[in-house]
Amino acid sequence: MTTMTRPLPVPADWRDFLALTKPGVMRLVVYTGLCGLLAAPATVDPVLGFTAILCIALAAGAAGALNQWYESDLDAKMKRTRGRPLPAGRMDRQSALHFGVGLGAFAVILMGLAINLLSATILAGSILFYVVIYTVWLKRRTPQNIVIGGAAGAFPPVIGWAAATGHVSALPLMMFALVFLWTPPHFWALALFVKTDYANAGVPMLPVVAGERVTRTQIGLYTVPMVAVAIAPWPLGLTHAIYGVVATLASAFFGLLAFRVATRRTQAEDRMRPEKRLFAYSIAYLFVIFGALVADRFLA
Amino acid sequence: MTAPSPDDEDLIRARQRSRARVTALLLGALVVLFFLISIAKIRSGTP
Repeated sequence: MTTMTRPLPVPADWRDFLALTKPGVMRLVVYTGLCGLLAAPATVDPVLGFTAILCIALAAGAAGALNQWYESDLDAKMKRTRGRPLPAGRMDRQSALHFGVGLGAFAVILMGLAINLLSATILAGSILFYVVIYTVWLKRRTPQNIVIGGAAGAFPPVIGWAAATGHVSALPLMMFALVFLWTPPHFWALALFVKTDYANAGVPMLPVVAGERVTRTQIGLYTVPMVAVAIAPWPLGLTHAIYGVVATLASAFFGLLAFRVATRRTQAEDRMRPEKRLFAYSIAYLFVIFGALVADRFLA
Repeated sequence: MTAPSPDDEDLIRARQRSRARVTALLLGALVVLFFLISIAKIRSGTP
């Protein structure tokens, strides 16, 4: 009667499994993946297009679950993350691991069978990159963690494009570079106003390790190539004027906000408004840029 | 090492039921999706 002598664990609620996939992060991943798929010069069957985006979403969910599985000790130390299923004790780690591995494998296999091998390979690479390179290797070791880790979030438009066309060309690679270069200013703006949280958890985020001055300079330095890469597809003839004008205006405003953050110093009782504004705008920026890419393909 | 209380047992059964329902819904959705993928593949003539 082993079941009577062992405490029967309460199984996690299905909502906790959903929370494990980080649905908030998934929105941007799905959106950039969808834009990559729609901006590609190919006609995609709606069912296969939906399947490709579903696979990207599931893979992002799997990566999020594996990230939370590995980082449950870290999440317990931060106010922002201590309510997650694992640190809150609503789920055991093994369930999270099985869920993450199962979901990831399912997403890659479905992509390979239903869409094509190239998109499935890049999808598998993106999960491994996020989990192994970013979560396990870099995050706790170097303040450059999110610079390299940012590449994981840059894969979706390339995967969407590869799913539609079966190959990868210059434009999706530029979109990859855009998201890659966008990640440092985006995350470091956040890290500037949640610095205490990261410091408590011992995560070597740039403001914690190198200080605010360096972080602000780095935000400015990464913004310059990011703006260049965002606008470049237009003069290179990869897009038309719709994308070019929107990207130029949106990037100019991004540059303005980033310049403000890069050149100021934190005052006493500072409410960090410019940093919060840059962080909020950076999310809208990516939505606008990728939206313009799709609009350019269909309207120009 | 004690047996779960009646309250715990109720919670466990409720969780199992809701998880089973969600799993059934997801499996049903996958059946429909796989059917539609097969149709799309046949229509486009791709393997």
